[in-house]
Amino acid sequence: MNSLPADRRRRKYFLSNVYFLFLAVPVIIFLVFVAYMVFYLFRNGINVISWEFITRPPERGMTAGGILPCIVGTLYVTLVSLIFSIPIGVFAAIYLAEYAPNNLLTRMIRSAVRSLAGIPSIVYGLFGVALFVRGVHLGLSVLASGLTLGLMNLPWIIATAEEALSSIPGSFREGALAVGATKWEAIRHNVLPFAFPGILTGILLALARTMGETAPILFTGVTYFTRELPRSPLQKFMALPYHLFALATQHDQLMKARPIAFGTAAVLLILVLMFDGVAFLLRMRIATANKWQV
Amino acid sequence: MSPEGSVNSPAKLATKNLSVFYGSFQAVIDVGIEFPACAITAIIGPSGCGKSTLLRSLNRMNELIEGAKIRGEILLDGKNIYQLNVLELRKRVGMVFQRPNAFPLSVFDNIAYGPRVHGINRRQKLTEIVERSLKAVRLWDELKDRLDQNALGLTDEQRQRLCIARMLAVEPEVLLLDEPCSALDPIATLHIEDLLRQLKEKYTIVIVTHNMQQAARVSDFTGFMLLGKLIEFGTTSQIFTRPQHPETENYISGRFG
Repeated sequence: MNSLPADRRRRKYFLSNVYFLFLAVPVIIFLVFVAYMVFYLFRNGINVISWEFITRPPERGMTAGGILPCIVGTLYVTLVSLIFSIPIGVFAAIYLAEYAPNNLLTRMIRSAVRSLAGIPSIVYGLFGVALFVRGVHLGLSVLASGLTLGLMNLPWIIATAEEALSSIPGSFREGALAVGATKWEAIRHNVLPFAFPGILTGILLALARTMGETAPILFTGVTYFTRELPRSPLQKFMALPYHLFALATQHDQLMKARPIAFGTAAVLLILVLMFDGVAFLLRMRIATANKWQV
Repeated sequence: MSPEGSVNSPAKLATKNLSVFYGSFQAVIDVGIEFPACAITAIIGPSGCGKSTLLRSLNRMNELIEGAKIRGEILLDGKNIYQLNVLELRKRVGMVFQRPNAFPLSVFDNIAYGPRVHGINRRQKLTEIVERSLKAVRLWDELKDRLDQNALGLTDEQRQRLCIARMLAVEPEVLLLDEPCSALDPIATLHIEDLLRQLKEKYTIVIVTHNMQQAARVSDFTGFMLLGKLIEFGTTSQIFTRPQHPETENYISGRFG
C-alpha cells in the first residue's frame, strides 16, 4: 500500500502542513483586522449611544444631540432602492437563467451585468445626477438617491439571483414538466422556492452596501444638516454614512464632533448587522423547510 | 419495425422515419418502431446509442436541450403528437427519470403536484388520487401515516416508486422510464420490475435500460440500438435467443458495450 520510503512520506506530510499554514494565515490576518476594527469602533462609540442619541436630531452644531434624521434617512433611501431593484433584479435574473436562449446576445448581457457590478459607486452617483436629479427632474431627493442606489444594486442582485437559480438541479424542472406543468409553473413551484435563500443572500449583500454607500447619494439628495425628518420622497435627507463623513472630515470642531462620529459609525454597523441577523434567521427557516441538498 | 409475433396487437405509440438532431449532431437516425399497447418494450444498447434521446422525444422532453429538433413522425393512437398540446401530451405520456427526482415537498404534495397543475384543487379529490396512486405503486401501507413527511427522507426505492406514483396521478396512458433502476440496489431493482409487470395491465410501458438482464426479465418486446440506428426489434425471447443481426448477437453475448 505505502510504497513511498519513510523519509519521502515525512516530507510529504511536512509539506502538507506548510500548505495548510499558507492557507490559514491570510484568514487569521483578515479576522484580526476585522475584529480590531469592530472592537475599536464599539469601544469609542458605545458610550455615545443612548436612547436620546437615536431619537433626537443633532444639536449645537452637531456636537450634541442625536442622529435620528440620519437613521430615518438611511432607512428611507434603502427602502426606496430595494423596492426599485428587487423586483427588476429578480425578474431579470429569472429571464436570464431560465428563458434567455444561450446565444451571443445573452452572453454579452451577462458579462455586461458582471462589469456593471464593478463600476465605482461615484460613477453611479454622477449618473444619478444626470438621469434622476436633472433628467426626470426629481431634484435632490430621497427618491433620486434611492433610485441611484437601486441602479447600483441591480447588477449585484441580478448576478447572485441568477447564480442561485442556476444552482437548482435540472431534475426539479424536468419532474414538473414531465407531468404536464408549464415552464412557468415549473419555475414558480420547483425552482424559485429553492433558490430563495440564495436570492436573499444577494439582496442582503446589496442592502448592506446600500446602507453604507456615500458617493451615490452625495450629489443626489443627501444634505449636511436638517432638523426635519423627510416627510415626502421628494425632500432632501440626512444619512448615516454621509453624516459620518461630514463629522469626521468636514466639521469645524473635529474633536468635539468625534464622539458623535464614532456613535454614528457604531449605529450604522449595528443596523447592518441587524438586517444580516434577520436575513440569516429567515434563510435558516426557509432552508430547513425546503431541505433539498441531500 | 413492427415486432414479429405482434401482428394483431395495435401500436399505442409509434415512430416513423424519426431522426433527432442536437445542432448538427444526429443522435437518432431514421427510426421506425411500434410500441404495442399494454406491454413492456425495452430499448437496449450501449451508452450514447441514442436510446434515451429516442425515449425523450416521445413526450417532447428532448426539447429542453437547446438546438434539439426532430424529423419524421411520432404517432400516439395514430395521431401525430405535434398536433397535440405539449402539456396534454406530457399528461398522456408520462416519464420517470434515472435518478429519483422527488420534489423536496411532502409525499402528499409530490403526488398532488400533477393533478394540481391540471386544475384539480379539491382536497377530497386530491386525497383520493394520492391514495390510489400510492396503492398502485405499493407504497400506501408504508407511507399512509407519513403523507406529510418530506419525500427526500425516503429511501431511494421509495422515492423512485413515489416518482412513478406522481406520474400515475395524472392518469397517463403511456409510461416512459429512462433507466429507472440505475440508481437502485439489486433488490429494489427487482421490486420495481415487479411493479412494472403489474402496471402493464393498464399502461403501455417503454423502458430504456443498459442492463440486458433487466430487459430480458421484464420486457415483452426489445429493440436494440447502435449509433443512433434501430438495429433490430422483436419479441424479447426472439432477440435474446435468436437475434437476426450479428451486431445484436455481439451485444447480447457481451462482446462489446
